[in-house]
Amino acid sequence: MLREIRPAILILLLLTAITGLAYPLAMTAIAGAIFPRQAQGSLIERDGKIIGSALIGQEFKEDKYFHGRPSATTAPDPADSTKTVSAPYNAANSGGSNLGPTSKALADRIKEDVEKLKTENPAAPVPIDLVTTSGSGLDPDISPEAALFQVPRVAKARNLPEARVQQLVTEHIQGRMAGLLGEPRISVLEVNLALDEVSK
Amino acid sequence: MTPIGWFQIVLYCAIIVALVKPLGWYMTKVFNGERTFLSPVLRPVESALYWIGGVDEKREQHWLTYTVAMLLFHVGGFLIIYGLMRLQALLPFNPAGQSAVAQDLSFNTAISFITNTNWQNYGGESTLSYLTQMVGLTHQNFLSAATGIALAVALIRGFSRSSMRTIGNFWIDVTRCTLYVLLPICIVYALFLVWQGMPQTLGAYVEATTLEGGKQTIAVGPVASQVAIKMLGTNGGGFFNANASHPFENPTALSNFVQMISIFALGAALTNVFGRMVGNQRQGWAILGVMGVLFLAGVAVTYWAEANGTSTLNALQLTGGNMEGKEVRFGIVASSLFAVITTAASCGAVNAMHDSFTALGGMIPLLNIQLGEIIVGGVGAGMYGMLLFVVLAIFVAGLMVGRTPEFVGKKIEAREVKMAMLAILILPLMILGWTAVAVVFPPAVASMANAGPHGFTEVLYAFTSATGNNGSAFGGLTGNTFFYNLTLASSMFVGRFFMIVPAMAMAGSLAAKKSIPPSAGTLPTTGGLFVGLVVGVILIIGGLTFFPALALGPIVEHLAMNANTLF
Repeated sequence: MLREIRPAILILLLLTAITGLAYPLAMTAIAGAIFPRQAQGSLIERDGKIIGSALIGQEFKEDKYFHGRPSATTAPDPADSTKTVSAPYNAANSGGSNLGPTSKALADRIKEDVEKLKTENPAAPVPIDLVTTSGSGLDPDISPEAALFQVPRVAKARNLPEARVQQLVTEHIQGRMAGLLGEPRISVLEVNLALDEVSK
Repeated sequence: MTPIGWFQIVLYCAIIVALVKPLGWYMTKVFNGERTFLSPVLRPVESALYWIGGVDEKREQHWLTYTVAMLLFHVGGFLIIYGLMRLQALLPFNPAGQSAVAQDLSFNTAISFITNTNWQNYGGESTLSYLTQMVGLTHQNFLSAATGIALAVALIRGFSRSSMRTIGNFWIDVTRCTLYVLLPICIVYALFLVWQGMPQTLGAYVEATTLEGGKQTIAVGPVASQVAIKMLGTNGGGFFNANASHPFENPTALSNFVQMISIFALGAALTNVFGRMVGNQRQGWAILGVMGVLFLAGVAVTYWAEANGTSTLNALQLTGGNMEGKEVRFGIVASSLFAVITTAASCGAVNAMHDSFTALGGMIPLLNIQLGEIIVGGVGAGMYGMLLFVVLAIFVAGLMVGRTPEFVGKKIEAREVKMAMLAILILPLMILGWTAVAVVFPPAVASMANAGPHGFTEVLYAFTSATGNNGSAFGGLTGNTFFYNLTLASSMFVGRFFMIVPAMAMAGSLAAKKSIPPSAGTLPTTGGLFVGLVVGVILIIGGLTFFPALALGPIVEHLAMNANTLF
């Protein structure tokens, strides 16, 4: 058995060096060379400033922007570090609400959000993704229905004809991958950037 | 449920089945020590490792030596992770300035990664430095996966050999698995993931000014290299807290689909390795058949439950299924499928929050783990787990007809059955035992996030996941407390090693037996009768053991939900 101690130390260290250092560092170098944009986090710049990542959702509250889904992410409470406070779309601490199907807190939250949305657009049924939080709290997308639902509010806030805003939404629908995988969706940040271009 | 949803499920299964033979062929060559197309590049590296490590390629090991070598390897792995977590503040590659991780959390995480569990009591982007992620976690993702595969191969050798004292050499199996199987696939795979949008950088977290003028700190890092092995090795420990639901850890529907394939690929191929090594590939297909039946049943239930939504949502006329905790780009079907796959295999990565699943939709992942993760299972671990159940099923069949049971030419006798039972009984002991303690211990009860039966399910899921070395969670439970860090670590340790040691003892005793040719009285182990028998034994053992606990958790919650009771 004693003869197993030498490989237990040396094979472990060598394999650690290969898989824990050589492999990730080599991947970082290669990925940085062939996919530099993705490797850095698919960052978007406007007027020379980083305004976010194409893949990471951000919080929108103003009427003139399309809103993303509710987010359950938190941040440490500045007053008491053992507690956390709500901090939607905190991209340094991802996470979901983890509320279960019989949770009263969840039922109350959804009910309240549905009421609010109904006053905003009484004509259309409330889309489910606008009243549920995502798993990461950073979902960059909403469903096409959720975007169309918000068209009247956005058009009013920007003094644009509804048809124009609706057209913008339709242009930004990303279909299923190869028509098969995933679900149709709209990137909230992308469509909002396009809105700002139109209103300029 | 939609036709396009079912089509995605069928497509997934077809691709897995298509991969079984080529991967099985390749892996058999690797573990038989034959030359492969990668040998010109890798053989010199391999030889150098053996030369420095003092490994004699011609020397094989007795099962005890093999097991001791494996345990020593893990002691070292534990020390590396624990040391890195405690010292990360003083070491390089720490642009976010993460401080040292607390003792109990470091202990829990180190055990979690050496046992291939990858339970996340740590917060990923908010706790760990890049060095800890790479050298501590990425390396152990490789090695715990390689260990699992090596052990499965050793047990398969037990069945395929005749009158031999040895079952292979642990160092060679682990090295060849890492170099020839895991590393080459991961290199291609990681680049694919970056192409899809996954970050791979050592740069600091990005500060962005949002369109509305808010500040957003965006965590990045060497993500792709870790995620590739996290999936392929069925490890499942996330780079980020939200795991594969995080857009950086799973950017597109395509990355999601490929991640699901990579969870099952090697585990499914091991059934073919088994068939090839015992000289009849149909033996492997029969075992894959058992896994397939249980898998599809689970997918159907979870997909149905999630697509139906909850009574709260339905009362408000919100259609489209239960989207709480799910991402828009995956939707209901890809989230349900992922949840069943990740718990059937002992992966534990999640692309949606299991805690927010419907009661029945969340019960299937729980049950998958409780059945022992033998539906494809963790790489290696699923195969040896399944072989334990096969031994038991053969024994039951032997009792029914009054003959000494045999399987692939080996007589199954008292020693093998005792070892199989020992390994299988460990699961309920740890899962039910610790859950019982936790629900009467006030500080442990305080960790529950949801009230009512859902809170009980959170605790049951935690110990199930830890003992089964899965690592997924009903994430609401605050696991990072002294009580859970220690009890979960003990579950992970016992669940892994107390299963491995009996399995290796069985490998040793099987290898020493003579192979006997099949006779007219031998139960054929390649047909539908055999598949049905094994499925039955798995469900009866799992069902009888865990049904009372499930009745207190998800089943009663489902009934409460239908009666519109909220907690």
